[in-house]
Amino acid sequence: MDKFTTLTAVAAPLNVANVDTDKIIPARFLKTIKRTGLGKSLFADMRYNADGSEKPDFVLNQAKYRHAQILVAGDNFGCGSSREHAPWALLDFGIRCVIAPSFADIFFNNCFKNGILPIPLPEAEVAKLMDDAGLGTNARLTIDLERQVVVRPNGEEIGFEVDPFRKHCLLNGLDDIGLTLQHTAAISAYEAHQPAWTPKII
Amino acid sequence: MPKTLFDKIWDAHVVERLEDGTCVLYIDRHLVHEVTSPQAFEGLRMAGRKVRRVENTIAVVDHNVPTSPDRLTETNEPESALQIATLEQNVAEFGVKYFPMSDARQGIVHVVGPEQGISLPGMTIVCGDSHTSTHGAMGALAFGIGTSEVEHVLATQTLLQKPAKNMLVRVDGKLPAGCTGKDIVLAIIGKIGTGGGTGHVIEFAGEAIRALDMAGRLTVCNMSIEAGARAGLIAPDETTFEYIKGRPFAPKGADFDAAVAYWKTLPSDEGAHYDKVVVLDAAQIVPQVTWGTNPEAVIPITGTVPNPADEPDETKRAQMQRMLSYMALEPGQKIAGTKVDVVFIGSCTNSRIEDLRAAAAVAKGRHVAPGVRALVVPGSGLVKQQAEAEGTAQILIDAGFEWREAGCSMCLGMNPDKLTPGQRCASTSNRNFEGRQGPGGRTHLLSPAMAAAAAVTGALTDVRELV
Ligand code: SF4
Repeated sequence: MDKFTTLTAVAAPLNVANVDTDKIIPARFLKTIKRTGLGKSLFADMRYNADGSEKPDFVLNQAKYRHAQILVAGDNFGCGSSREHAPWALLDFGIRCVIAPSFADIFFNNCFKNGILPIPLPEAEVAKLMDDAGLGTNARLTIDLERQVVVRPNGEEIGFEVDPFRKHCLLNGLDDIGLTLQHTAAISAYEAHQPAWTPKII
Repeated sequence: MPKTLFDKIWDAHVVERLEDGTCVLYIDRHLVHEVTSPQAFEGLRMAGRKVRRVENTIAVVDHNVPTSPDRLTETNEPESALQIATLEQNVAEFGVKYFPMSDARQGIVHVVGPEQGISLPGMTIVCGDSHTSTHGAMGALAFGIGTSEVEHVLATQTLLQKPAKNMLVRVDGKLPAGCTGKDIVLAIIGKIGTGGGTGHVIEFAGEAIRALDMAGRLTVCNMSIEAGARAGLIAPDETTFEYIKGRPFAPKGADFDAAVAYWKTLPSDEGAHYDKVVVLDAAQIVPQVTWGTNPEAVIPITGTVPNPADEPDETKRAQMQRMLSYMALEPGQKIAGTKVDVVFIGSCTNSRIEDLRAAAAVAKGRHVAPGVRALVVPGSGLVKQQAEAEGTAQILIDAGFEWREAGCSMCLGMNPDKLTPGQRCASTSNRNFEGRQGPGGRTHLLSPAMAAAAAVTGALTDVRELV
């Protein structure tokens, strides 16, 4: 997993509530056995016409947002299925940070596992950042994870909350499995005390 | 301190509590399917790791399998075939128990778990699929995880988690005739919204929930994720124990008695604290149907499509307008009488034998309306066999329904069963998102009885007029 420390980038505004994971990556693109290559299918139904041509109105099709690395979105972003293909598609496109008033739980969790930082902020703060994002390449946002602030183009800083453990993992690019395996002795001890009636799937 | 059902299961599975409150949570059951597991097994292989506990793990194919009668011999779409073949290689290499397409026990993972007695009260159950919340109906803590977490559970048999908040949804009173678990859960989502349960585990309780059979309870918990909840839960009781007894992977004899004694300690204590409480009156529930493209956009079948002009919030108004244009509905139009092209009875929400019986009761002696395609897709090969043995299948076949093999089918546009653009579908599944059942498809969520009513009349219909 790539580290996340600070990021200064163009932010794309996607002012839509309840962007579900079927919108982020429709089910027909899930038939892959790889994690990469999904960026071209990100937001496929919003981004392309039936004949495969681009819809010029869609935000990521506009020249100024083609290299956006931050997404500013509406409420309840990432609701729906547990597909990790959603963060994989965002990441493959180049998005490293999503800012929204709220996120669905599983998506939120999946982001951290892939080096993407989801930032929930109050509606009023998101509205300001949405306006900044609307300015395109003239207005980059800076995300400073260490200090937990979003820096607006006018220099104003907006603080955000992040779970300390997840912050530590993101800053250092740490893999959860390696960390958990340090608890193997405790896991074995737990297993030794399971009730005798616990059935096995064999 | 009095504890909730969730607190009890959680506390019983904490292996270790880290400084910041994150817990190493032990996982009793890990259900694996072909779509969200290839990258996880690949990760294990690259790190030279094993599956820590194969005896806690079960794999099944469901999302990508065709449901046509000759599916074992016909050629699947190449990418689906590759995902299935990849799962088969992985289970063979890592030694995981697996139900292939040719096995009668194959079916939708959330139907198979309870049916086989794999999902039991008090357990922690995970799967790389959001509708894992279904298994909460067994009195288990069951939730969906992403592929990185699938790999984490395979390697460590644990997850790193923080406890969710407790939410109680109590449904008092008796459910009127013609209403089912599906109508209860749609009414709940209509009331609390798609984000109403975010950050919480919802415990469903009250007289109307207690009165549901296991199929109805599984339907309710299945859709708790559509209210944004981490999981849904129903306290185990005699209905639960009766259902579990004798199932293939359930404890037997003295072990069963010991298990029941433990399971009886699980229900929430008197005075336990909930962070949020919502109460509904079952008597007020009318058969429900969705009109929009998220499950909270739901109305009674007797209702009319809402008018965006009445919505003060600008963002919400725009969203309503978009939903109406996608769904090709007019504000103020009566929802009943809306013509449908396709009827889909299936999915992990409503594909159990009880669901098929409810559909057959409406279809009996009637026929699918001209021009309507109606599919019935049993949740597992065993449900299919049972329906055939008892005559339920024949009633549906005689009424003109397609009778298919077990799988996710038209619940999501990932296998050959798809809507074509513009088609309108009465569906017993759980998501009406844009394009969910195929690009451009229009989905109305409803119960199996309501779906059958739509099939035989060719339009969204109040099932109470037919029985
Ligand atoms: S039936 Fe539908 S919701 Fe259920 S597991 Fe399959 S695709 Fe997911």
